Amino acid sequence: MGKFRYLPSFMTYFHTSLVSCSKMSCFMFNIYIYFFSLDRDQVLRIHVESEDHIQALKELEEDVDSGLDFWTHGFSTERPIDIRVPHSSLSAVKDFLKKNNVPFNVMINNVQELLDREKSEMVSNAKMERSTKSFNFAAYHDLETIYSFMDTLVASHPNLITKVHIGNSYENRPMYALKFSTGGVNRPAIWVDAGIHSREWVTQASAVWIANKIASNYGVDPSVTSLLGQMDIYLMIVTNPDGYVFTHTNNRMWRKTRSVKSGSSCRGVDPNRNWDAGFGGPGASKDPCSDSYHGPYAHSEVEVKNVVDLIMGHGNFKSFISVHSYSQLLMYPYGYTCTDIPDMSELHSVGTAAIKELTSLYNTRYQVGSICKIIYQASGGSIDWTYDIGIKYSFAFELRDTGFYGFLLPANQIIPTAEETWLGLKYIMEYFDECMFSCLLTLDLAPYLLNDENAMRQREGQMMSWWQIVQD
Amino acid sequence: MKTFCSVWLLLSLVELSPAPPASQEPPLACTGAPDPAPPQPETAEDMASTGDLEPTHYPARRAAQVALHYLNTHHGSPFRVFGLQQVHKASAEDVAAGGRKYKLDFSVTDWGSGSATMNKSSEEFFSNTTDVLNIAGPALRCSADVLFPRTERHSAPEVQLHCEALHQINSTAQEEDAFYQKYISPDSAVSARDIPDSFGNVSEEMQPFWRLARVAASFIMLRESSENTEFNMAKVASVTQQESSGEQLMLEFVVLLHDLPSQVTHKHTHRLWTLMDTEAVCVLTVCVCSAGDRSVEAAGVLVSRQRRQGPADRVAAQMPSRHQTPKLTL
Repeated sequence: MGKFRYLPSFMTYFHTSLVSCSKMSCFMFNIYIYFFSLDRDQVLRIHVESEDHIQALKELEEDVDSGLDFWTHGFSTERPIDIRVPHSSLSAVKDFLKKNNVPFNVMINNVQELLDREKSEMVSNAKMERSTKSFNFAAYHDLETIYSFMDTLVASHPNLITKVHIGNSYENRPMYALKFSTGGVNRPAIWVDAGIHSREWVTQASAVWIANKIASNYGVDPSVTSLLGQMDIYLMIVTNPDGYVFTHTNNRMWRKTRSVKSGSSCRGVDPNRNWDAGFGGPGASKDPCSDSYHGPYAHSEVEVKNVVDLIMGHGNFKSFISVHSYSQLLMYPYGYTCTDIPDMSELHSVGTAAIKELTSLYNTRYQVGSICKIIYQASGGSIDWTYDIGIKYSFAFELRDTGFYGFLLPANQIIPTAEETWLGLKYIMEYFDECMFSCLLTLDLAPYLLNDENAMRQREGQMMSWWQIVQD
Repeated sequence: MKTFCSVWLLLSLVELSPAPPASQEPPLACTGAPDPAPPQPETAEDMASTGDLEPTHYPARRAAQVALHYLNTHHGSPFRVFGLQQVHKASAEDVAAGGRKYKLDFSVTDWGSGSATMNKSSEEFFSNTTDVLNIAGPALRCSADVLFPRTERHSAPEVQLHCEALHQINSTAQEEDAFYQKYISPDSAVSARDIPDSFGNVSEEMQPFWRLARVAASFIMLRESSENTEFNMAKVASVTQQESSGEQLMLEFVVLLHDLPSQVTHKHTHRLWTLMDTEAVCVLTVCVCSAGDRSVEAAGVLVSRQRRQGPADRVAAQMPSRHQTPKLTL
């Protein structure tokens, strides 16, 4: 049997949380899961509570025809027992367990898939730990170094991360997004971009750290693992590579792209005034020499067009998060007008809860609000466009600090900034994860969602002990 | 003991254009063409901010930032610079003479203080929400009235400010004196660029210059502020010590100011004199002289901050004579 380092998919999360409820409702939910799971071997986790249960399991063990593969040997009430059940025996085994009132839940829906992944993962594990461990996350790096880091990360997690070449910049540099995916076809996805304004160095640096964090958390952190079980994450570390290079070679304060416009000696367009949302309206400049120049027309900048094309072509993004600095804010649309969006109260409360998580780490104070009200009216912004095309969970972060160092944040603040930002990001992703599940299945899971914290803790405990067992 | 309490600041050039590439030399003193005001963002939607204001929204925050610049011009030093911590309450009303007046209740922290200047009594002001890696002192509660006039040409906002316990925070006179003594020596020729550097580093030695630049920049930021701007000093492009005349420590700063709404970084050059005064009058004076090929009237700003009482004419008499002092208006 294979050793599994991965934690089960989202379904087991909800299933686990129901174990503590009455047998009747657990029973019904089990049946639902069974119908949902289709033709796959499953791993069932048995919660032994009495001697009767142990007897029942021993009976099962003796039935060699069923082809059961016991992962846990030695039955006791002190820890759960995991059994891989071939698909052909599933209904019989489950009926047997129910008849004997033995509580169980489905841990892994598709064993084969995980086995394959696990094998190749182990091959590159050692390599991964060596190379990304030596990367200095507490320093600012140039474009070449960041791109090389991306390659290393992808090579260490070939079954989790791929590098998506979304197009080239104005000066023909490749633009890469890291796609975190555990499979599926065109799964619902979350987009995170950093460095669209090149001088905001803490954003690219934080994104590098976050990429590494997601990669190393998969299989370890229950919520990240659960999330990636059903959703993809696209992370664009350097969204404006030309500008980023320019901040290293010429002008640390460069913000825009580096495109050339005929009729002007000034280069560059503000890539966050170039989106097709209230384009050309207030809060953006017509002057090509201005730092907030909107450009000749919407999506004129190839850097913006590449992202637009990817989002439109994919068609299944559910959340879009753009990371900027500075000011310590978490914002939702709109920027181009101060009219409230229909989803204002939901996004405001998600934002408020997200910054609570962020602040919990280092007491860094953040504010929440719409772009237009909290910072300035600004037309042609990315998250306005994404919201207007139906990506409801559109947010923009402004990271540290509040003006003391401003854009020139010392490198020793990179990791703390990344760590706290990650907590905020994670909250938004988890929120969306739960919402999506309940929205998709139309089961009333509100009571279980509200019991969230307890269920999560319980599940974490169970996951951890299970992981310990299978390590043996 | 003489205290370092006189600082003269001459703004020799005000250039409100977007920052050119870093390699460009700073302009010569009193030449160049200043713009009357920074480019205003095209805010067609006026946020109609009268009555009670949301403290976390930008109208309240911008007004508080103006009060903060005012605070720094009056109480800033090479060892003390205040930063905005939080706006608690804010309201605004239109005034009869045209313009809008903001009433603010907010807290500031001393960005310049490290553990050295925190004493026991300041702990009661210590807020539990300071950034861990920022060297920030205790929080001070302030209230301010900020009036943004509505005139054809831009004119500076007017501020009335009161901060609790301002005089209870540790005096930085001793450090200021040491700083002055260190750099007044004839062989001193401080010269540095890019503070902070690209990576956010500021050496120990440059910290007081960094703060002094910010205090000086506060005069400009205060003067240039409106309801449509939100200024911060992005960096000190260069600091160059000029030949001192007698007891005057003279420094020339080139700073970059960042305006949040327009995202423009403005470059400014100013010169700063210090004066050790034995007559018990200490002033911080900012003088802007401007001339140039653009059709801008000569503009001057004389702002004096008096730590102790003293006649104004003594101040005028102590202005360095070899520098052209143009007509100054308050």
